[in-house]
Amino acid sequence: MTENTPETTAPKRDMPLWVQIIVWVALIALLVILGIGLMRNQQGTVQAGDRIYDFSLTLFDDYTYEGKSPVTLSDLRGKIVVINFWASWCTTCKQEAAELEAAWQYYQPGGEVVFLGVDYVDTEPEALAYLEEFGITYPNGPDMGTRISQAFRIQGVPETYFLDREGVLQYVQIGPFTSIDQIQSIVDSLLAE
Amino acid sequence: MKQRLWFIFIVLVLTISTVILTVSVVSAQGPTPTADDVNAIAKQLYCPVCENTPLDVCETQACAQWRELIRQQLADGWTEEQIKQYFVDNYGARVLSEPPRTGLNWLVYLVPPVIILAGAVILFRALRAWNKPAAVETEAGPGSASEADESDEYIARLEEELRTRD
Repeated sequence: MTENTPETTAPKRDMPLWVQIIVWVALIALLVILGIGLMRNQQGTVQAGDRIYDFSLTLFDDYTYEGKSPVTLSDLRGKIVVINFWASWCTTCKQEAAELEAAWQYYQPGGEVVFLGVDYVDTEPEALAYLEEFGITYPNGPDMGTRISQAFRIQGVPETYFLDREGVLQYVQIGPFTSIDQIQSIVDSLLAE
Repeated sequence: MKQRLWFIFIVLVLTISTVILTVSVVSAQGPTPTADDVNAIAKQLYCPVCENTPLDVCETQACAQWRELIRQQLADGWTEEQIKQYFVDNYGARVLSEPPRTGLNWLVYLVPPVIILAGAVILFRALRAWNKPAAVETEAGPGSASEADESDEYIARLEEELRTRD
């Protein structure tokens, strides 16, 4: 008997090697970028123990710190720094505005604690009206280009970050403070270190 | 002569009045931009605090403030580009509905067409590969005939064998 094995399969033509390399490299690069993006989204805010990158906050007109504007974080080394993110459209920010100002008034004479208000995606006239309404006197300025809030990876407003004398983040408050005691207990613990 | 002077006087008064009225009408358009003027710019921007919501349809207080800001800037004579740049400077490039063509943003413009092109190439190759075996089969027609011949020959031999056994 004869064995019938007709050659009906077409000759296999692979893509050139350089095309394959480009396709795989592009695919892997795309996946890496997507992965980094997803990781950043899921990271949450900066955590206690993180060193905060240096930034400068240009203050609103009529606001200065020790006669200067902008305020640079690295210039505040050696002091406890309280950074509060807020916005005039944020209703819960209003709940803590008076407490923050009262705490600032309490610590300002000692010169060991600095409060910084960072106005997050806001419009200037409404922001200034808010500051006037609550009589806020500690240094405040807009977060231009949301660079500072992105560095802190804030999830919303209000959020408050407490840095020790070395510029290391020690405590994060998500949401508004309910009393001045709450602020004082955190600041006092940092002053005692 | 007196009539001619009167005529010139009336023409002059009419001309000056027309010019004044035209100028006042043009300048009146500046301070009162319409909601459509505001929305024409607002729809090119996205709410920075609510995900994926264009500014012209966003209902939050923050968006209302930003639309009011656009209205004020238009009234102050700002151009569309100046307003958009102000928003980028203040709130970051993510407020733009169309990302600027810089840096990694290029991926947004390049990746989709490249993927579509690659998909088209793969589809074309796959379709061609599917057509090939059929073509080969058609080309192999005479071969199939010889197979049939061989098969017939085999059957004939088999029948011959059976006959001889009988």
